[in-house]
Amino acid sequence: MAKANNRASEQTAIVEQGLTPALKEAAFAALVTFGLCIPIVAWGTRQDLNNRLILDQRWDAVAWAVLIVFVGRLLVSLNKQRRAAGGGPLVSMPNALLPAMAKLLPVLAPLAIGFLFVFPIVAIFGSGWQGSIKWIDNFGVQILIYVMLGWGLNIVVGLAGLLDLGYVAFYAVGAYSYALFATKVIPATYPALGVWAFWICLPIAGLLAAFWGVLLGFPVLRLRGDYLAIVTLAFGEIIRLVLINWVDFSGGYAGISTIPRPSFFGIPFNASDSGFAAVFGLEFSPLYRTIFLYYVILMLALLTAFVTIRLRRMPVGRAWEALREDEIACRSLGINTTSTKLTAFAIGAGFGGVAGAFFAARQGFISPESFTFMESAVVLAIVVLGGMGSLWGVAIAAVAMIGGPELMREMDLLKPIFGADFDPTKYRMLIFGLAMVVIMIWKPRGLISTREPTAFLKESKSVSGSLVKEGHG
Amino acid sequence: MSAMTEPAAAVATSPRQPLLSVRGVKAYYGNIIALKGVDVDVHPGEIVTLIGANGAGKSTLMMTVFGNPRAREGQVIYDGQDITRTETHLIARMGLAQSPEGRRIFPRMTVYENLQMGASVDNFAHFDQDLERICTIFPRLKERLQQRGGTLSGGEQQMLAIGRALMSRPQLLMLDEPSLGLAPLIVKMIFDTIRDLNKSEGLTVFLVEQNAFHALKLAHRGYVMVNGVITMSGSGKELLANPQVRAAYLEGGRH
Repeated sequence: MAKANNRASEQTAIVEQGLTPALKEAAFAALVTFGLCIPIVAWGTRQDLNNRLILDQRWDAVAWAVLIVFVGRLLVSLNKQRRAAGGGPLVSMPNALLPAMAKLLPVLAPLAIGFLFVFPIVAIFGSGWQGSIKWIDNFGVQILIYVMLGWGLNIVVGLAGLLDLGYVAFYAVGAYSYALFATKVIPATYPALGVWAFWICLPIAGLLAAFWGVLLGFPVLRLRGDYLAIVTLAFGEIIRLVLINWVDFSGGYAGISTIPRPSFFGIPFNASDSGFAAVFGLEFSPLYRTIFLYYVILMLALLTAFVTIRLRRMPVGRAWEALREDEIACRSLGINTTSTKLTAFAIGAGFGGVAGAFFAARQGFISPESFTFMESAVVLAIVVLGGMGSLWGVAIAAVAMIGGPELMREMDLLKPIFGADFDPTKYRMLIFGLAMVVIMIWKPRGLISTREPTAFLKESKSVSGSLVKEGHG
Repeated sequence: MSAMTEPAAAVATSPRQPLLSVRGVKAYYGNIIALKGVDVDVHPGEIVTLIGANGAGKSTLMMTVFGNPRAREGQVIYDGQDITRTETHLIARMGLAQSPEGRRIFPRMTVYENLQMGASVDNFAHFDQDLERICTIFPRLKERLQQRGGTLSGGEQQMLAIGRALMSRPQLLMLDEPSLGLAPLIVKMIFDTIRDLNKSEGLTVFLVEQNAFHALKLAHRGYVMVNGVITMSGSGKELLANPQVRAAYLEGGRH
């Protein structure tokens, strides 16, 4: 403490120096972990061949957890002390990196989008005709669906500041709209439109989801924060429970299968003579459809980003952000907060619905199982980890959160460590939790927390706002 | 001494129709009464100040004019129209602007964007002109247009709050404690600005203040509020000279 100079003591609260307090802190954290592990980890149950429950002792796992927490906490405490003593850099690396990154953005953006466009080709060259399906589908399409969902929810949570825990409801509305229209309504009314079903239903799904967004919006207009979160959470569950229980309408748990797949603007992807491969004189391969789906979701996601960027510069987008900052000030400046909130709900939900329709078309089968609260939580985690309001942050978080577990599955070198039946998707929640904790410590406002101004003056008059740390005065 | 101890009845009523007229307004927070029947008039071209101690109901009166909380009894009439039940955002579109208590600027948005928000009432019709005008009134803001609101100093935030309110070209500007937490020099600068705006453009100002000395010196007329009731009113000079006002709000205060 005596060593702490002014600069450091301004930044951090008084931190006790020395190994003993650090050890104490680490021991305490380890003790808490031990306590938590006893009911959760220490005993496992499984059924043996006679269907009897067997209790497994897993004290080795408990020991590992306690050890990891002890060492981790010790390192964190020591690092904190070092910083308080003025030894460490006051600006942590990522903070210093961001301004540099911001300068690179104009170059980075076209590069990233360019890479996304050539990704299927890269995948085909990288892992061959057959092997590339996995990369394009499991990585490309899957991640892009979540990028789109993240960008959609970003409008509601990130820009308008309305905490929505039931976003999956709109994803479900979109998916079921497409599924029901394509399997029931269109065959019964205009069967000739069958091949166009996807393209007709995509906007319908978006509009229906937006409509449900407004329906949800009305009763929650006066709510904010925690209360809003609870109501939206309930809304998500209501939609799912209706889908489960209204069997005549949605097929209940059995879901809806044989949903028509998207066509190449009227040309189906099948092995028939009028199929895509035959028309273009190619050998039939399921890869074409996968690549096509990839480009469809890429365009849909980019559309979401484009609309978001445009809206932010328009009065309604600015009103969303002002609403997030201060609702009372908004109203006294003549902003109609009711319509502002409803447009945010509607537009966010609309993009969720379009993503849902795409999801149904890609899977060919949907059931309420796909629309659990877990999905809402994942999308919300992506938005929060990415930094609320930042398109870049959300995209990076989606790649990390969805691509990460998939990538770990690919890594053979993990097999000898964790055993041959290691399935990283089982640990997804653990990874989410870890990522959340790390982000909370390291960048509490998300990966990219600096808000980009929407309006620029022709000549820069002074220090750019994004380079100045925020203060609350 | 012509300052009156009875409420509004004794105010020398001007022949002109008042721009803002608050009539017998009662407002509550839940069951707690905050305004117990308040009468206030603001005539076009006037600077009217409302002084009073903490918790007297000054800010409540200002917010009640904007419909939040709503007056349970009485009437708020603006420019001949009854706005007692009008929605807040519609009131703001009628030519009333406020710089609310605690400034309430948008901290993560730039100064420029904050000013844009102020102009949304008339759909940015005069945005460039008005921006130029605000930058002339508050040169400090011009230097900081691209800076985020939250990074400004207290005085600059107050200038921004006033500037944002002026962006809508209001007829009546309502200011809630613009001097709160500011250095005396900045307070003087802001009060001078208010006086200039009133003189040069005929802007009508309703000023809620605790800094009674400065406020009464600036204002044409003043009201004194105690516990949700107007107890005195008169011209600024009269109130400044009134022994009761001096005893309650000025003596011991640094002028």
